[in-house]
This record gives sequence, C-alpha cells and structure tokens, in this order.
Amino acid sequence: MVKFNRFTLDNGLRVIVHEDDTTPMAVLNILYDVGARDEDPDQTGFAHLFEHLMFGGSVNIPDYDQPLQRVGGENNAFTSNDITNYYITLPASNIETAFWLESDRMLSLAFSEKSLEVQRNVVIEEFKQRYLNQPYGDVWLKLRPLVYKKHPYQWATIGKEIKHIEDAKIEDVKAFFKKHYNPQNAVMVVGGDVKTEDIKLLAEKWFGPIPSGEKYHRNLPQEPVQHDERRLTVTGKVPLDDVYIAFQMGARLDDSYYIAELMSDILSRGSSSRLYRNLVKEKPIFSEVHAYMTGSMDKGMFVFEGKPLENISIENAEAAIWAELERLKTELVPEDELTKVQNKIESTMIFSEMALLDKAMNLASFELMGDADMLNHETEKYLAVTKEQIKELSNQMFRKDNSSTMIYLAEKTV
Amino acid sequence: MTLQRKTAPEFKAIENIHLIHPERRELANGCNVFCFNSGDQELVRIEWIFGNLRFKPESPLLNMAVNSLLTEGTHSLTSAQISDKIDFYGAFLQVDYGHDSSQVTLYSLNKHLHHTLPVIKDILTNSIFPEKELETFVRNQQQKLQVSLQKNDVMARRVFNKALYGDTLYGLSANLDTYNTLNRSDMQSHFAEMYQPSNCTMIVAGKIEPETLNLISNTFDAGWQNTVTKADTSQPAVIAASEHFYYNEKPEALQSAIRMGVPAINRTHPDFPALQVLNTVLGGYFGSRLMANIREEKGYTYGIGSGMSSLKHGAALFIATEVGADVCKLAVNEIEKELNSLQNELIPEAELSLVRNFLMGSLLGSLENVFSHADKFKNLHFAGLDYDYYDRYVNTIKTVTADRLQELAKQYLNFDQFYKVIVGKY
Repeated sequence: MVKFNRFTLDNGLRVIVHEDDTTPMAVLNILYDVGARDEDPDQTGFAHLFEHLMFGGSVNIPDYDQPLQRVGGENNAFTSNDITNYYITLPASNIETAFWLESDRMLSLAFSEKSLEVQRNVVIEEFKQRYLNQPYGDVWLKLRPLVYKKHPYQWATIGKEIKHIEDAKIEDVKAFFKKHYNPQNAVMVVGGDVKTEDIKLLAEKWFGPIPSGEKYHRNLPQEPVQHDERRLTVTGKVPLDDVYIAFQMGARLDDSYYIAELMSDILSRGSSSRLYRNLVKEKPIFSEVHAYMTGSMDKGMFVFEGKPLENISIENAEAAIWAELERLKTELVPEDELTKVQNKIESTMIFSEMALLDKAMNLASFELMGDADMLNHETEKYLAVTKEQIKELSNQMFRKDNSSTMIYLAEKTV
Repeated sequence: MTLQRKTAPEFKAIENIHLIHPERRELANGCNVFCFNSGDQELVRIEWIFGNLRFKPESPLLNMAVNSLLTEGTHSLTSAQISDKIDFYGAFLQVDYGHDSSQVTLYSLNKHLHHTLPVIKDILTNSIFPEKELETFVRNQQQKLQVSLQKNDVMARRVFNKALYGDTLYGLSANLDTYNTLNRSDMQSHFAEMYQPSNCTMIVAGKIEPETLNLISNTFDAGWQNTVTKADTSQPAVIAASEHFYYNEKPEALQSAIRMGVPAINRTHPDFPALQVLNTVLGGYFGSRLMANIREEKGYTYGIGSGMSSLKHGAALFIATEVGADVCKLAVNEIEKELNSLQNELIPEAELSLVRNFLMGSLLGSLENVFSHADKFKNLHFAGLDYDYYDRYVNTIKTVTADRLQELAKQYLNFDQFYKVIVGKY
C-alpha cells in the first residue's frame, strides 16, 4: 500500500505527496505528458533530444546540474514513446532546491544555440552507441515499422534516422516547449521525508506563478487491427541468428493487459517458465528465448525473442515457439502454475515498496493514466485473472495474421 | 515579496550519516551470521557469501561455473524442481559470481521462509552438477560469449583487465575453448572445498523476528558440516603486463571504446577515501571534468566516466568511454589534458566544496533501505575494516585539501603511466 495526498494548483499542475520517513532523502519527480508518439513523422527523436536540452540551462538559472550537486542531489531523466520523466533525489532538508530548479525550467528554458549544438552531437553518439554500433542494436528500428503501420509507435524514441536529429532547429525547440512543457501537461510527485503541508506551500510558491499554458490534446492515428502475417528478414554482421515474433496487444489500461502480463510470466519469467524449461533446457533449441511486453499506453506489442542454437534451423525455431503458443490456446493453464505467477506478482509489489524513486515514478504514471490510486489496486487485478481468460486471450492474440516476424541472419563470413 | 528565481535557496550541509550496525551470531559449525533488522515490509533478503578458491590456470572458470550451476540440481531436487519451489512461493533465488567471492541470494516473504530455506540448504549441501546441465550451460555461455566479443566496450574491458591483473581471476578473459576445460569431477571437488560453513558468511536483512532466526539456525546449523579440507582462498600474486598500449582495430566501427587506467589502492589503504574524492572530480559524477569537457563541451560521446575498483588483492583507477570513431584521437588528447590539469593546478575551492556536498548526498542517498545498510557492511567486512572506516571517509570528504588532492594526482594520474586500450578506430 503506497499512501499519498493529492492536490492541484490553479494553473493545472497535479501534485502528489508520498510521505515516507524511513529515509532521510526526498524525491521530486516530474512527468510530462509527451513522448516520441507525439512527434512529427519528419522530425522523429525530438522528444528525446528535447529531454537533453532541459539540462542546458533555464531562464533564470544558467546551469541546472551544479546547484543540485552542491546540495548533495542527483538527477536524471528518460524519454519513452509515451512520456518524458525527470527526477531528482536529494537530502530531504534541501528539497526547496529541487523546487527552485524544476519550476524555473517549467517556466522557460534558456534556449541556447550552443547547448542545442552540443546535445545534437551527444544524442547522435547515443544513437550510434546504442542502436548502430552494437550487434542487434537496430532491431527496434526495423521491428517497430513492421508492427505499426499508422500509429507513431512505428519509430523508436531515439528517432528514425540520425538526420532528423541533425536537422533540429532552435525554433523547433521553442515550439515544442510551448506545446508540451507547461503545468497542465505535467504531474509532479514529491516523496520521502517530507510533510504534505510543507510541500503545498513550496508548490504554491515556486510553481503557482507559472502560466498554465495550453492543454495539449492528443489525437493520434490509431493502429488498425492486424489481419495479415508480416515478415522481414535482414542480414547483418552479428554472430548468431536471432528470431523476433511480435503480436499486437491491448493498451496499458485494457483489462486484457493483466491477462497478457501473466501469460508472459508463464512463458518467460524465471527458470521455471515454459520457454526456458522447454526450449532451452528440455529440448535444446535456443541458447536464450524470452517473451515480454512493451506496456505502452496505446496498443502495445507482445514480443518473443530467441537465439537458436547453431544446429537449429530458423523454421524449427519458429515452430517451437508456435507450439508453445498452441499449448496456451488449447490447454488450460494448470492451477499451480497460475498461482505461481500470481504469487510472484504479489511479492514483487511488496519488494517494490522498498524503493522510494520507483514508488514516486509509479504514482506519477498512474496519475497520468487517470488515478494514482490505481497503483494500490494492481495486485488484485492480477489475482482476479482466470485460466479461462488466459486461454481466450491466447486465441485472440496469437494468430498468424496478428504476427510480425523478423529474422536477423548472421552474415556468413567467407 | 517577489520570488527570487535567480538565487538558490538556502541549503544545509549533511552533518552525520547514521549506519545500522548488524547483530552478529555464530552457528556451531563456524558460519558467521550478521543480521540487519529493520523495515515495514514482511520480507527478508538472505545472502550466503563464500570466498573464491585459488585460481587454477588450467581450469580458470571453476569458481564461476560452480557458482552458476548451484541451482541446477542436487541429490534430491532436479533443476526444474528447484525453480518450481522457489517461484511458487514468489521468492527470488540468484547466484552471483564476483572477483573475490561467490554468493547465493534469496529474497523471500517471511511467511514462506519455511518452504524456501530448505531449498537453499539442499543447494549448499547436495549439489551434483548434472552432466546434462553442464552441457547446456557450456553451450549457452559459448553462444553468449560470441555476442559479447562483438561489443567494443566488452573487448576493451577484457584487454584492460588482462593487462592489469595478468593470470588471475581478475585478469581472466575466457575464449570459447576455455569452456571445454570444465568437467563434473573438478566441479564437485571445488564445490566440496568451497561451499562449507567455515568459508561462509551469512547476511540477513529485512524483518527479522525470533522465528526467522530459529528457522535459520535450525536449517543451517544442524546437518551442515565442514569438510576435512579447509578452503584455500589464497590467490596468486597480481602481476601487471609490461606493454601499456593495446589497439584492436575495427575498420567498420562507428565508435571506438577507450579504456585506460593504472593499478591503484584498495579500500584498506589510508589514502583510499581521498583518492575517491579525486576520482569524483575527474570522472565520478555528471558534472565531472571528463563529462563537462568531453560530453557537454565537445559532444564527442554519450558518456564518459572514471571509477575505482577495490579488490582483495588488487585495485585500479580507470576511465571508460565510447566516442565517435572520427574523434577518438581528440578524445584521448582531452583525457590527457584533464589528467595533466589535475596534476598541475589546484582544484578551485568552489568545485571542491561542490564535490564534498555531492559525495555526502550520495552517501546518504545510497542508504535507501535496510538492504543498502547491509551492502555498506559488506564493503567493510570483506576488506577487514570496521565502522571507523566510514567516520574516516566522511571526515576525508569534508576536510581533504586541494594540495593533498594535487599530490595524489601526481602519484596516480600520470597519463604516461596509464595502460591504454582502444577498440575501434584510432
């Protein structure tokens, strides 16, 4: 149970306070309701590039990092296809520094040309380091457009290509800020050794005067139901073949999400899971094989990924995964196996209550989706899932004509 | 009153750090148990930590493989039964191989401990390393290794460790063939010698009730005996290579991995805390000299940092990064400039005081929950130190002078004495 208090400032900023006096630290987490899905198709990677620019100085504070480090704090941020999230951890006694810094960059950035130029380079190096100069690094750049034909999930947060980042202009940065970075499009969570009354005063003082700005109304092309089997084969300088099979699945708030997560646990969580036991241990087909979900706020992906052993053909590797899916579609999951994955969810929730930052991020994310208190009802939703529902959803989802298969072939050296 | 947005709010320096000290117990079989009792959640983390046995050049992977295969079968439980039992009770079981020790860790809800503890007991006393599981392990490790060897940063780390640490557990860089040296009978004797109570330290953290302690004593005292041979945890001397420069050319690389550094001192050395302060200034935080120059000023990289590894029989101070292949030489020049500047100029007081505050905040922030307190203790215990260490550490952070740091820079940050590894283009 994660307790919290909640209030909204006149300018529309939603604030959540989680009091936890078991730590001398505090967290200030700000989630902005903007991700790579909100980008222009000709200007991809922008939400993430923008995240870097948020550290390039704000209207009244030329340097963001130094004043925070000076009071013993640390910060970071991440961008996903759905959201951009910034967080600070610092000694609770210095929490006001976090309010000062975060409110100033919500008020306005410095928009420095130098910062844009350097961060374009940094992000291009990030693009190379994570996506181009790694074996299999470009898988998501190729798999996403196979699964999504309409929805902007078809590009990764880093962007479609380096050129989009090279082309970013300071006017684009300003327009993006105006459109997305204001109190109405943000959720703030403050957690740790703090009191709600104090946080109210600080929030009013530092964030209260910020103009509410325009509310961004998202209107994205939705991904149509898939009715065709898709396939892509690429060859590259990788040591081993790799198989990916992706299925379209429900959005994060769909009831089916909870069923799908238990399915992925049955298939792939821990060494008692079906894929590991059957396809790595019993029948040696893969050296590693996993199932996981993207957990996106719009229609997501349920992905299988496996590296077949060297004596196994791609056809046999694919067939082995499909045989496991067939089992889920035709046989009810045994009671014990369902209880096992439900127990694991339950204990994971309890363990996660020991990490302050995780709690703060989760509260922010659920508040954005509608209500922070949903966090406290997650476990019961998983516990309510039945084996009949798992069989039913497997039949709906694991269809050939809902699949996108990508084969990454190792280039044979002569 | 108008809001002063240009002026930073008042702040407080952190005065004291409160560390939870453990309660120590000793089981009749000689195993030491350290307990950290705290927390609102009904759960516990238990670690069984064993000193690694002496490195054998003819079978260099034994310590790692024996640890990895502990969960793969005992006289009474198959690999599948072990994972079924652990997973069914929502627990987490992991094995971890480290340079100096190997461990088994259990995360469990208190209410299920009477089901989960006996599984660990079985693993620690009855493991048999089935042939089939060994084959699977070797096959999969060899495949994973092929992928790792394509990563420039992994290659750079392997070459660097080999140069600094030579023919030891620390310097080992296994090839595909190395895995073929493993066999069951070596593993069984290694297991018998290493995984015995006199070579084990147990660390329990979380909600510890009298019943928890009884369960632990009853499970791990009776029926867990020492073998006749005492575990030989001595290690061969670390001898660094004479060659200091290694270039592994990859003509198609988009980025080059750079790793460079020198043998340094470990936590037991009185200068260690001061060198940590110097390391932080150089590359130990986001605002460090290396990050400020090579990422934030030049944009050559997504990230660069420096770090210190403190091992039982060795230590290093190192810098690691991946930079655009076309700017690799420039990046190396900038690293050299930063090292020279720390040797030739005093760190300005404003920067030093920022680093002092940052390190204190970091220390405070690293104590997130009872597990973190146990982790702090492990740093001390396995280095043979006591809690005075953290008093000295805090004192050094607050008082070390710029002059002293310059002396240390002259001693440890000589670019010419650095081992340098580049994988990619140069």
